[in-house]
Amino acid sequence: MGKVWSLLFLMVPVLGVGVFLVAPAYGHWLPKDVSAHGHMIDHLFNFILWLTGGVFVATEIALFWFMWKYDAKRNPQAAKFTHGSHNVEVAWTLLPAATLLFIAIYQMNAWAQVKIFKPDMPATVEVTARQFEWRIRYPGPDGKFDTRDDLFTVNDMHLPVGETVLIDLKSADVLHSFFLPHMRMKQDAVPGSKIPMWVKIKEEGMYDLVCAELCGWGHYKMKGRVTAQSREDFDQWLAQLQAEQERTQEPEKPEE
Amino acid sequence: MAAIPHAHDDAHAHAHEHGREMSLGKFLTTYVFSFDHKVIGLQFLFSTLIWFSVGGLLALGVRWQLAWPWTKMPIVGDLFFSSTGGQISPEFYTMLFTMHASIMIFFVIIPILAGAFGNFLIPLMIGAEDMAFPVLNMMSYWFMWPAFLCMIASFFVEGGASAAGWTGYPPLSSVHSAAPASHTGQTLWVMGLIFVGVSSMMGSVNYMTTIIQMRAPGMTMFRMPMTIWGMFITAILQAFALPVLTAALFMQLMDRTIGTSYFIPEGLIVNGAPAGSGGGQPLLWQHLFWFYSHPAVYIMILPAMGMVSDMISTFARKPLFGYKPMIYSIAGIAGLGFIVWGHHMFMSGMSPWLGTTFMVSTIMIALPSAIKVFNWLATIWAARIQYTTAMLFALSFVSLFIIGGLSGIFMAATPVDIFIHDTYFIVAHIHYVLFGGSAMGIFGGIYFWFPKMFGRMMNEFWGKVHFFLTFIFFNGTFYPMHILGAAGFPRRLADPYHYETFQHLLPMNQFITVCAIGMGASQIILAANMIYSLLKGPKCGRNPWHANSLEWTAPSPPGHGNFDFQPVVYRGPYEYASPLVDDDYFPQTRPPVEGEDKLAHH
Repeated sequence: MGKVWSLLFLMVPVLGVGVFLVAPAYGHWLPKDVSAHGHMIDHLFNFILWLTGGVFVATEIALFWFMWKYDAKRNPQAAKFTHGSHNVEVAWTLLPAATLLFIAIYQMNAWAQVKIFKPDMPATVEVTARQFEWRIRYPGPDGKFDTRDDLFTVNDMHLPVGETVLIDLKSADVLHSFFLPHMRMKQDAVPGSKIPMWVKIKEEGMYDLVCAELCGWGHYKMKGRVTAQSREDFDQWLAQLQAEQERTQEPEKPEE
Repeated sequence: MAAIPHAHDDAHAHAHEHGREMSLGKFLTTYVFSFDHKVIGLQFLFSTLIWFSVGGLLALGVRWQLAWPWTKMPIVGDLFFSSTGGQISPEFYTMLFTMHASIMIFFVIIPILAGAFGNFLIPLMIGAEDMAFPVLNMMSYWFMWPAFLCMIASFFVEGGASAAGWTGYPPLSSVHSAAPASHTGQTLWVMGLIFVGVSSMMGSVNYMTTIIQMRAPGMTMFRMPMTIWGMFITAILQAFALPVLTAALFMQLMDRTIGTSYFIPEGLIVNGAPAGSGGGQPLLWQHLFWFYSHPAVYIMILPAMGMVSDMISTFARKPLFGYKPMIYSIAGIAGLGFIVWGHHMFMSGMSPWLGTTFMVSTIMIALPSAIKVFNWLATIWAARIQYTTAMLFALSFVSLFIIGGLSGIFMAATPVDIFIHDTYFIVAHIHYVLFGGSAMGIFGGIYFWFPKMFGRMMNEFWGKVHFFLTFIFFNGTFYPMHILGAAGFPRRLADPYHYETFQHLLPMNQFITVCAIGMGASQIILAANMIYSLLKGPKCGRNPWHANSLEWTAPSPPGHGNFDFQPVVYRGPYEYASPLVDDDYFPQTRPPVEGEDKLAHH
């Protein structure tokens, strides 16, 4: 039976690699990236995939081979009486340690670009998450928030392409998470905090805005949409929004 | 508990009498409120296995909804949702995954490793007659019962059990109006976890003391089997990390009941109503929770690593490769385990600078895990492998832990985590570690030590069928989740197909669910094998596997006081294939033979 069991274990690397080769061909893979920074994240994903893939195949094949070869029923040789080897231990400690340290340092720049080095600019839009919708607010013509000409929408965010925009993220009630799969962006919204995010979108289109942190029974339906459009279209949309808002709203500015 | 064999039933004289005419008081002290570590271990074993099946059924509910969303769920649909034609509610779905994880982590994996195997094996493997504190030991089991009752009750209170995720993040978990359905359920959840914590702490203190104080003559620290090392370091981890969780749970309990605001910031408007008096910080809970719950991941794997090391060496008929490096790796994992909790919080709003330091420590914790894998592989190199069921499960631990370990590197990489955080990539990772790792190790442990626990062998043929099906269906269930995660498929959504981005992933989810049902059904084989073997399995002698460690020198099952002689230890537990003796094993208690001192330096 040793052969059967070895072959069963061999299926792990064979099918394991196979799945990762076939899945992208059928569209089961990272969604299309439309952000300026996303390529860094995708590159790191692929880099780690190749590296861990190599280790995965090597260790799983070794496991299969030892299982196949050293089956007590078929292998007449006595087991080797050894308790280990100092040199071997040193080698397989230092080699992975160096590799891991390299991975750690190699990714720091991408993280800093996406999350640490905040561009010095006013926020284009403010998003307040609440059960179970995304309240979107634009500063309006005066470029300032908390003034009478602020513009409001719900679940419908528009952003200009080709330029960096700053998004302020807040929450009115519980934790939520602002997840744009196509822009490789994710940030939890925390009540009591205002957290900045920034992105430069490369391509026009409509993209899903997903809530990625459990926020209650309606978590699944907390769906928003990001419309990425040219600067002209975006400005036009804002103007239209303003016109509508002035028509429907009388003097008092609604709070929330 | 009626199935527990006579703990007193050993070679000694009076064994037969109390089988028939046992008074009620004697029955209670022997089988129910027993001080004997073996009975307590078996009590833990049976309780946690029952919870295992409950947790598994909850998971199948989750899988049903993800494969056939909003269709009539079998059984549950007719019982509770007849008004909607069997279609479950999103509240119910939220409860399913919350309780699945809570039960599997706090009521299955932690107590089955420490409570069941720890209790049963520690005194036997170090040559002690019982635990250092038998009464405390008994209490550690009976403190699980208030926890069990809280959890059971929470399913039946109005609105059902907790639905705030197993991580119980506030404000969702601490403000009533945020999750109006699971009002009492969440409070019971918090109380249940506090009781589990008390139980674990009692166990942990006892294990540390027993291992330090009660070892047989000659059993030096570096002659202890890896199982004991795993249990010992786990007990230390538990003792240092658990108070933090307990404190956090009390804070949440007070936020829920007497109106404190440890985790609730000012000005919260939930469901249109102001909540809390303010001044709290939601991230505080996350720091406290993960300060325990990340080390808890190691609490859930280190004992299994120890057990697997023992099984592999025994059935490879070869000494464990790198015994000391293996111990140092466990210690390294435990030490580093205290400074990596922030990797659960990369997207939480915690300072991204702090994220960088947690990233480095998290990546480095892959190192001791890698060293362990290499040593296991080197152990089966040039070995003489016996393919018993226990060995197959132990080898599958290695194979699947490799996947779970490597997928961890993706999440540790902060930029990659931006995309895969809270997706099915994480679900795949945790199940490869906790099911592919811990649960496979536990299954192996059951097959390996069952003869010692009950004096009877389990059926090997059905054991292998169980292994084969579990291994196939496990991979069929969890491997594709890596792909789902790469496609961004989020966790915890009752209907992910609400989003256009994820609609094409439905067929893959249906495949996963079919495999999950197969995996669940395969466990019936294990249950049937255990029950049948308990009653009818062939009787075994003391040492059916020809293993070296001390528990195999005691009778099967061991009587009260464990050993019918005073064990004295002369060597480590892994002297297989020693050239000094004719047998291919060399028990720890066999008196020294000529030439052994010279060989000791190997």
